[in-house]
Amino acid sequence: MSMLELRTVTAGYGQFTALWDVSLAVERGEAVAVVGPNGAGKTTLLRVISGVIPPRHGDLVFEGASLAGRPAHEVVAHGIAHVPEGRRLFPKLTVAENLKMGAFLPRARKAYRESLERVSALFPALAERQKQRAGSLSGGEQQMLAIGRALMSRPQLILFDEPSMGLAPVMVLRLFDLIRRVREEGYTMLIVEQNVRQVLKLVDRAYLLEVGRVRMEGRAAELSEQDFVRKAYVGL
Amino acid sequence: MIDPIFLVEAAVNGIMLGGVLALLALGLNLIFGVLDIVWIAYVDLVMVAMYAVYFLVMVYGWPIWLGGLGGVVVGVALGILVHLLIITPILDSPPVNQLLATGGLLFFLQSIATFLWSTDHKSVRVSLPSIELGGIFVSYPRLIAFVLSILVMVGLYLFLTRTFIGTAIRAVSQDRGAMALMGASPQKIYVVTSAVGGAMAGVAAALLSIQYSVHPYFGAAFGPITFMICVLGGLGNMVGAFIASFVMSEIIAIGGVVWSTEMGYVIAFALFIVMMFARPGGILAKRQ
Ligand SMILES: Nc1ncnc2c1ncn2[C@@H]1O[C@H](COP(=O)(O)OP(=O)(O)OP(=O)(O)O)[C@@H](O)[C@H]1O
Ligand SMILES: [Mg+2]
Repeated sequence: MSMLELRTVTAGYGQFTALWDVSLAVERGEAVAVVGPNGAGKTTLLRVISGVIPPRHGDLVFEGASLAGRPAHEVVAHGIAHVPEGRRLFPKLTVAENLKMGAFLPRARKAYRESLERVSALFPALAERQKQRAGSLSGGEQQMLAIGRALMSRPQLILFDEPSMGLAPVMVLRLFDLIRRVREEGYTMLIVEQNVRQVLKLVDRAYLLEVGRVRMEGRAAELSEQDFVRKAYVGL
Repeated sequence: MIDPIFLVEAAVNGIMLGGVLALLALGLNLIFGVLDIVWIAYVDLVMVAMYAVYFLVMVYGWPIWLGGLGGVVVGVALGILVHLLIITPILDSPPVNQLLATGGLLFFLQSIATFLWSTDHKSVRVSLPSIELGGIFVSYPRLIAFVLSILVMVGLYLFLTRTFIGTAIRAVSQDRGAMALMGASPQKIYVVTSAVGGAMAGVAAALLSIQYSVHPYFGAAFGPITFMICVLGGLGNMVGAFIASFVMSEIIAIGGVVWSTEMGYVIAFALFIVMMFARPGGILAKRQ
């Protein structure tokens, strides 16, 4: 059984439908990418999974439990952490306070020290900036903090929404390295990215989303060979 | 020409008044910062808690400090009730509806207080003398109110910055949605915030009780100045509200001895209007 499974999920905002009958699965230990052009519904997909918006139809099953319609603060307790688009840090809180808020769940709060050590080991740059306000960090550091904060909830599955957005090219490469290291820690991940070339090097499988529908899915290696993916999104 | 000693005395009294005003402004601001809703009836909750203090002390014979604590408990209860009964159902409504709902509560509280307790002014009798400090007279109750309000504000600061739940409250005021992703139920944080805001109203009620008599329209006397302070400080900005409280109380106090108390209020309101044109984001906002 898959760790996460979406079955014919339809969702949107008010009258507007952003996702049509989307089915998708993530196996335990896998890294899966979702790619697609602007407005394809990638962010909406992650929002449905983490409970920010409810699906209109279809089911959402995580570790055997249906999470459809559960609010965000309950979904994270099931072990899904969402690193949202635009990072969404608490800019006036310090780095340490942001990480502390990541461990808001009672279970996570108990393991706070241990989690903090793990995060500090992964992101030494953050450990040096404990007392600094999150808003004063560089873009790369902010993204590290957003990921570190998500790890503090002790998730099994991490959702990343365009982690490389707004970063300088050098920083993008470093960030993908860091995500690779997070992956080596054994986390399962679902990554939305515009940077198709980089993300396909990182993941096992990928889905291509277009105007709210899954257009294609496959092994990362095969998908990157597909001509139109290359043309449209890798930029070759 | 006014004797400078009166001006100094007025300035000192202004600072004393500023302490309690700051308490009110911070309570209102805290709730606004987290919920994005202005509790129009905030000072009317203070009025109800002042009646509680009055009845506990004057009718049930509790010692004043215990009656004051009772007022704080009533404030907390009111804060939670207002959130659950009035705010929760309209959380996602347009701001205008929210203003109307909390404004409606204001008239409800005024009317019910008039119905239950009449329009008579009721005061807690505390026979405390004025004290003289180098030729300046300061009323003892005012001094107590000032010192306690500063202590309570220090307590609020420590609560918000040093405790886990306080940090969570600040986090929610910066990004509600992100805090839900951390596993925080927004409703839980709202209830805690409303309880703390209610507690601030209760403390203010206790401290105002020893200086002023209470009547159903007490909110009309302190409400407008409290909102002005919050707006002047920049809505949701705690430091700004703190500073604005003392600016306003000084204008009222010094205007009061130079001309008259009414004139003091006129100047304060005029300054407010001017500031709204000059610096609509509050005194601490950076100019565009
Ligand atoms: N809060 C919202 N209210 C209404 N419509 C929205 C909202 N958020 C997104 N949409 C619409 O839903 C569609 C999908 O948006 P979504 O943000 O999921 O796309 P995306 O694939 O993440 O795009 P991008 O690459 O720009 O981040 C778009 O047409 C967008 O305009
Ligand atoms: Mg997006």
